[in-house]
Amino acid sequence: MAETVESRLRVPATAKKGEIIDIKTLISHPMVSGQAKDASGKTIPRDIINTFTCTYNGKQVFAMKLEPAISSNPYISFPVRVDASGTFDFQWVDDNGQVYKDSAPITVS
Amino acid sequence: MNVPRKLVPAMTAMVLVCAAAFGLTPLVRSQTQGDLTKYTVGKEKSGYVYATPTTRAMEDDDFQNPGSLWVDKGKALWSTVDGSAAKSCQSCHNAAATSMRGVGAAYPKYDAKIGRVIDLEQRIGLERERMGATPWAWESDELLAMTTYIKTQSRGMPVNVSIDGPARATYEAGKTFYQTRLGQLDMSCQQCHVQNNNHLLRTEILSQGQTNGFPTYRLSWQALGSVQRRFRECNANIRAEPLAYGSPQYVALELYLAEVGKGLPVETPSVRK
Repeated sequence: MAETVESRLRVPATAKKGEIIDIKTLISHPMVSGQAKDASGKTIPRDIINTFTCTYNGKQVFAMKLEPAISSNPYISFPVRVDASGTFDFQWVDDNGQVYKDSAPITVS
Repeated sequence: MNVPRKLVPAMTAMVLVCAAAFGLTPLVRSQTQGDLTKYTVGKEKSGYVYATPTTRAMEDDDFQNPGSLWVDKGKALWSTVDGSAAKSCQSCHNAAATSMRGVGAAYPKYDAKIGRVIDLEQRIGLERERMGATPWAWESDELLAMTTYIKTQSRGMPVNVSIDGPARATYEAGKTFYQTRLGQLDMSCQQCHVQNNNHLLRTEILSQGQTNGFPTYRLSWQALGSVQRRFRECNANIRAEPLAYGSPQYVALELYLAEVGKGLPVETPSVRK
């Protein structure tokens, strides 16, 4: 599904102040490791998502460097403590320099 | 023993793996994830029962299940206008959640108009032709997405194919194929999946080869695949020449396996190793 990269997010719509919430993300990406060869023996160039970052109201709360051994369609889940309402911005960057973005709001009471 | 220190953890891991492979693992996996009774009907067990608890957890969580990416794509395609008739699936069938409920569970099915049994992929191809659109290629993302989207509308419903009347001959052909030895290893499907199911093949437990979860996301494929892709892989494993996608033998085999697993819940999109 390289041509149409889709991302999915699961962020709770509301939370209590100071609550630790679970964020889940999934993105469709082939994660070509760069180890395989095509039928003519030529190496298929590496194309993986190499960085994932999550910012909350502009401040980075989670970042991750991905390596070739990570499977295609990577699923990333992490906990975050929320103190104020705002927006989570997610960003995946792959080896071709393509940037995939998604965001989700949350209301903190 | 004079072993480089770096190797020691690796060797310990290997010993553990070997211990797990020879005897320490119970053959039917424990019930730590998922309700296995739902996936067992009489003697028939879905591949879910043979999967590891982590794989089951991945399937059960709609979000984490990578097959959901294809479901999303299928949903988008459902309402996409295509072809010379300028129609989408939705133009005639309205919401898939109601119109397609139970449809996937009944395929492969005999089609009186063309006079043979066809599977869901072939049905989608015929519908595309009626729309004046080019049928999608086998194993293309579009066809997989649409098959998965339609079949997932029957999720949890029992597989309910019919082998009455003209479909009977196709069922019998599928049964014959299932029992026929093939390839350099001279093996038939049933030698693994009937005579040796629940036994270890190297480190893997052989399942019954049920098809209720297809199209399935296989971790070894890193992608979703149709049941015919699995047939082709099985055939290659016994060093037989895989048949072409959509060949009559494979459609017959699909019908036979669906009949064998009648009553098992549709799991699409399932997750398997």
